[in-house]
Amino acid sequence: MKHLLSTEDLSLGNAIRILDTAEEMAAVGDREVKKLPALRGRTVVNLFFEDSTRTRISFEAAAKRLSADVINFAAKGSSVSKGESLKDTAQTLAAMGADAVVIRHWASGAPHRLAATDWIDAAVINAGDGTHEHPTQALLDAFTMRRHWARLHGTPSAGADLKGMRVAIAGDVLHSRVARSNVWLLRTLGAEVTLVAPPTLLPIGVGQWPCSVSYDMDETLAKGVDAVMMLRVQGERMNASFFPTTREYSRRWGFDDNRLRALDELGLKDTIIMHPGPMNRGLEISSAAADSPRSTVLAQVRNGVSVRMAALYLLLSGDTREPAATPTAANSNAAYSTKESH
Amino acid sequence: MAHEQQDAANTGAYLIRGAAILGGAAEDLLIRDGIIAERGKGLAADGATVIEAAGLVALPGMVDIHTHLREPGREDAETVETGTRAAALGGYTAVHAMANSNPVADTAGVVEQVHTLGRAAGWVDVRPVGAVTVGLAGEQLAELGAMADSRAKVRVFSDDGICVHDPVIMRRALEYVKAFDGVVAQHAQEPRLTAGAQMNEGDVSAVLGLTGWPAVAEESIIARDVLLAQHVGSRLHVCHVSTAGSVEIIRWAKARGINVTAEVTPHHLLLTDELVRSYDPVYKVNPPLRTDSDVQALRAALADGTIDVVGTDHAPHPSEHKECEWAQAAMGMTGLETALSVVQDTMIETGLMGWEDFARVTSTVPAAIGRVADQGRPLEAGEPANVTLVDPAARWTVDPSKMATMGRNSPFAGRELPGKVVATFFKGHPTVLDGHLNTPYRYPADTPAAAPAGGY
Repeated sequence: MKHLLSTEDLSLGNAIRILDTAEEMAAVGDREVKKLPALRGRTVVNLFFEDSTRTRISFEAAAKRLSADVINFAAKGSSVSKGESLKDTAQTLAAMGADAVVIRHWASGAPHRLAATDWIDAAVINAGDGTHEHPTQALLDAFTMRRHWARLHGTPSAGADLKGMRVAIAGDVLHSRVARSNVWLLRTLGAEVTLVAPPTLLPIGVGQWPCSVSYDMDETLAKGVDAVMMLRVQGERMNASFFPTTREYSRRWGFDDNRLRALDELGLKDTIIMHPGPMNRGLEISSAAADSPRSTVLAQVRNGVSVRMAALYLLLSGDTREPAATPTAANSNAAYSTKESH
Repeated sequence: MAHEQQDAANTGAYLIRGAAILGGAAEDLLIRDGIIAERGKGLAADGATVIEAAGLVALPGMVDIHTHLREPGREDAETVETGTRAAALGGYTAVHAMANSNPVADTAGVVEQVHTLGRAAGWVDVRPVGAVTVGLAGEQLAELGAMADSRAKVRVFSDDGICVHDPVIMRRALEYVKAFDGVVAQHAQEPRLTAGAQMNEGDVSAVLGLTGWPAVAEESIIARDVLLAQHVGSRLHVCHVSTAGSVEIIRWAKARGINVTAEVTPHHLLLTDELVRSYDPVYKVNPPLRTDSDVQALRAALADGTIDVVGTDHAPHPSEHKECEWAQAAMGMTGLETALSVVQDTMIETGLMGWEDFARVTSTVPAAIGRVADQGRPLEAGEPANVTLVDPAARWTVDPSKMATMGRNSPFAGRELPGKVVATFFKGHPTVLDGHLNTPYRYPADTPAAAPAGGY
């Protein structure tokens, strides 16, 4: 594993290894001195072509806890806004000796371009590209789900997958890199995914994805679900006829107080509510839902640092071999990868 | 058939010995004074330079109905000189230069400039295409009549790159060009359905998170335009058809007797949107690469005549416009130097077509659509000597750095393709010999600015 570009091509073995390593990293976060010397002398560049304070500071905290030197390169207000190309920016970073580039870009595929060209030789981590993928978000979500799932079953997280877990992902799937990365990773880990969205916010071609699709949130909840992940509705969608009004969206596809009560009435006492943040309270999620004991929103943020430490550590520590997958994990993967194509 | 008088620069006579004429029986062609002087077996050289052509196929010089030469305005991408060198090497003797230059070819002055540059280059016949609307803006008709009456004698009008989407403007353009036997070549792309579009909308775009360019955006415009062409009794040409659905609509229109012709590019005959998974912008083109079922439908349509011609949509770009993020990259691919090979690969080696059909779709019909009277003619005695010699047994690996076009954006880079142009004769002069550029044709020095339209 030289780069972390997508979850679509992330093997089960590597996924489990990242999650297991993240468990070890999480233990560091619980110590008084939250720091390891693992990446001392290595340089990590956070190259952000799109504002995302949350993701940037999460990667920054992760790199610093591993003792790496961190350079934050925000495209706004830099030479990039004066017309410098991605190629020149990448070559500049290469000349400065960057060992890893964490790239957030508004254009789908930009991290793949960095990895595929000879512009820079560093490890590339995709921190969200356009409407394509956001693999570390999916990994931190999976990490959060795996801990929940393991606790319910009284088993350790380490080495486990998500076989049998029912996950609903609700909202603007069409424009969501979080949804895409989650669909592929959850498939690899053996979970059963249902996408819940208005038909206007599902991509043409979603029928080929390894998941179910529903237009009805209440029906999806009634069938039973172990985790509900609400996606953020972007402001610019609201005036482009993807849905009539925000109120109608909220009524049909939002996680509101009625649906929070419905979980209790349906006997789904262990179902968690997830959100990648930042939340639009009152639109896709009500405050009561966001602040309920079911909510894992803050755990997700906390776990994000551990998962990103694991990714940086594994990419930069030199051990890039493919791990041998455990037999059980390999089996569960096979069952869900029949229509994979690359 | 008018052909221009030879001057001293265009030397000699050539005897092409034993070429399979349109892939048929081997015969000789004697080329002298700009025309095919004789065709037959065992012709005497009679002082002519002999070209041994056993195993080669003789074809009428190819005519591209859709070329971007970029000059004036983007001489960093291509010039008339470099683009027509590429055309000659690709087996072409005429190209239609699209209007989206800068300034736009929307006045008699600009089309005459391009025409003049083409004559000065001398590699092929450069036929300027006139813009339909001023500045390609889609709002006001350009002076179509002035361009038709100019020295460039424009007959093909297109806003290519941009769709004439306003139905009233399109109707008026179709009607107006009837006055001088023109044709409107439509770039069929409904703009609202393709805002920000990056690739074919389907299974691959769903995974890649790239904004989709749905097939319906092409098909709905073609459906509208064939009905408009029928209503006003005019001639419509559909550029770069890319979907199976478009083929069905054109087939239906032709069955109704509507005067529509259609074009397919070599790349849409071979490549699919699966290639976009690499995010390499060399595969970014408009209309986008579609699915394999579209590719198969396009091949079948070209074979059965539903699609009339192959047009390259040769679109060179400077490398910085492709060495970037997919969304930032320019759309377009080079095509002049690979068209013959790709068509041989996809249509002839698959058994869908023979060389006679090849001549029809790459020469005869495109010349007829563009009203280029001395191109696309039969290889018979007395006809203008626009001839391409092809070695169909050759195999070569595409290397964009070795091409004559300034564009390095070939999607076929690294592929092995069949068929190689051995020689190209333009007005009886070999622009290409032994697979290499020879010398350009030189028009008689006093061919005046007011060249007569007598040949047409």
